[in-house]
Amino acid sequence: MKSIVCIKRVPDTEARIKIADDGASIDPAGIKYVINPYDEFAIEAALRLKEGAGAGDVTVVTVGDSAAGEQLRSALAMGADNAVLLKGAATLDGLATARALAAEIKERGADLILFGMKAVDGDQQQVGPMVAELLGLPCVTVVSEFEVEGDKVVCRREIEGGVEVVEAPLPAVLTMTKGKFEPRYASLKGIMAAKKKPLEEKDAQLGESRVRVRELSYPPERPAGRIVGEGVDAVAELVRLLREEAKVL
Amino acid sequence: MANILAIAEQRDGALRKVTHEVVSAARRVADALGGEVHVLLLGPAGIGAAAGELGRFGADKVLVGESGGFARSNPDGATAVIADLAKSNGYHAVFFAASAQGKDVAPRVAARLDVPLATDATALEVEGGELVITRPVYSGKAFAKLVLAGAPQVVSLRPNVFRAEESPRAGAVEAVAIPESSDAWRVKVREVVAASGESVDVAEAQVVVSGGRGMRGPENWHLLEALAQAIGPNCALGASRAVVDAGWRPHAEQVGQTGKTVAPQLYFAIGISGAIQHLAGMRTAKTIVAINKDPDAPIFKVADYGIVGDAFEVLPRLTEEIRSLREG
Repeated sequence: MKSIVCIKRVPDTEARIKIADDGASIDPAGIKYVINPYDEFAIEAALRLKEGAGAGDVTVVTVGDSAAGEQLRSALAMGADNAVLLKGAATLDGLATARALAAEIKERGADLILFGMKAVDGDQQQVGPMVAELLGLPCVTVVSEFEVEGDKVVCRREIEGGVEVVEAPLPAVLTMTKGKFEPRYASLKGIMAAKKKPLEEKDAQLGESRVRVRELSYPPERPAGRIVGEGVDAVAELVRLLREEAKVL
Repeated sequence: MANILAIAEQRDGALRKVTHEVVSAARRVADALGGEVHVLLLGPAGIGAAAGELGRFGADKVLVGESGGFARSNPDGATAVIADLAKSNGYHAVFFAASAQGKDVAPRVAARLDVPLATDATALEVEGGELVITRPVYSGKAFAKLVLAGAPQVVSLRPNVFRAEESPRAGAVEAVAIPESSDAWRVKVREVVAASGESVDVAEAQVVVSGGRGMRGPENWHLLEALAQAIGPNCALGASRAVVDAGWRPHAEQVGQTGKTVAPQLYFAIGISGAIQHLAGMRTAKTIVAINKDPDAPIFKVADYGIVGDAFEVLPRLTEEIRSLREG
């Protein structure tokens, strides 16, 4: 089983976001960057698939600047075999990113192409299924667990208020969410080994972004709230306020 | 012609509530652009009966595709139908719900049409004939105003944000062709497993009752369930990341940057301190209530109303008060 996992370097979820002086981008100063948390589930799934079969190959690919090499090394330390850095700026134009990834995936070939279900920076939730479409492959999104059954993959996919059990023929694209594949920590041995693993760099063919960011803004400040009171004695007043002032009950 | 195609969603033969919101938003944008609203309704035999309901929310035309293959979600089939319609009818925009189904299909449609996609719009404005899309980034730590270079403009709309309003139009029914090729049906739903009960999803609920580490353990969740039950069927349970990471609650309930972003009318944060990644996921709720023992918890900075106190004492009383209000 040959897997390709597409990952992204993103700000840690605990990071405070500061809008840069141009008003349309983020100031990266002081931000700690990590592998997108959902991508870790995808890496873990690919590694377990390889380990379960006792054979296979896991390649991690990203579109990003040279700093994203750090996240590729982390994935190699977890156990991936190869890494590819497609150098370029990933923008909110997910289709441009998808094209760069699809070209690389097509060249390499894979039975399973895995993504996180979304990147926690742009929150666009679109690159995975776009890659599937560009490659003419089936795609299952928001997968919490899956099994390969012969030439098919059977997935549990999260939907509103439940789960769909979905099957698709291989090769296929899956986008992963939290579930069965809780990611491992890289071992010291894995970190040492990662230094010797191949990390290829090439330029991504991104073209000009067709998504123009006019401006970024902070969410509106919430008006100052108030402490209604302490303990059970405050409950009656809270319910009255919710009903008469906020009119939400 | 600046016509808009809105994609309807059904489950078990009934329109989903978010479809009313998407059709209403399409109506408002079409009015600003001077165009019509066409709604695509794919579903099992008989789904066409819902066309009248779509007309009530502003559909000039309802394009109906009835097939057993569309009883459950069918991303391949839906992509084929929508992309074909967009090509042959030259729509100015295609609006999806940013639901499990919409987020599954919209990227494929955009890629097939070779146009960019904006996911999870929270506001749409027409300025000088240009569609300006507002959407959250970093799970709501910031908002981006975007303009897409592409025709059609493909956008998915966040549930619970756009106002559903009746604006009756003809809702004239037209049949659409369903692709028969097996290539269009590769992804198959074997089974749908509903979460316990007929619960509404946390991202679409009017009221969310969320619990955090202050609830001390999963065995105490019955207190939150009782409150949710007293509030009614439009109420869903939510959870903080700490609680999900500890395995107390399923990830489907997680609110925050690595969970769901919610915008209910009323959000109860109970025993939740208010980590930045949690606040990002719920700060656009209309009214926020926090109940926490620690008067310095960051959650009180975003809450409209707070009670400093022990959730184990406050919750039963709150449930009691709301239940008597409902019964009174």
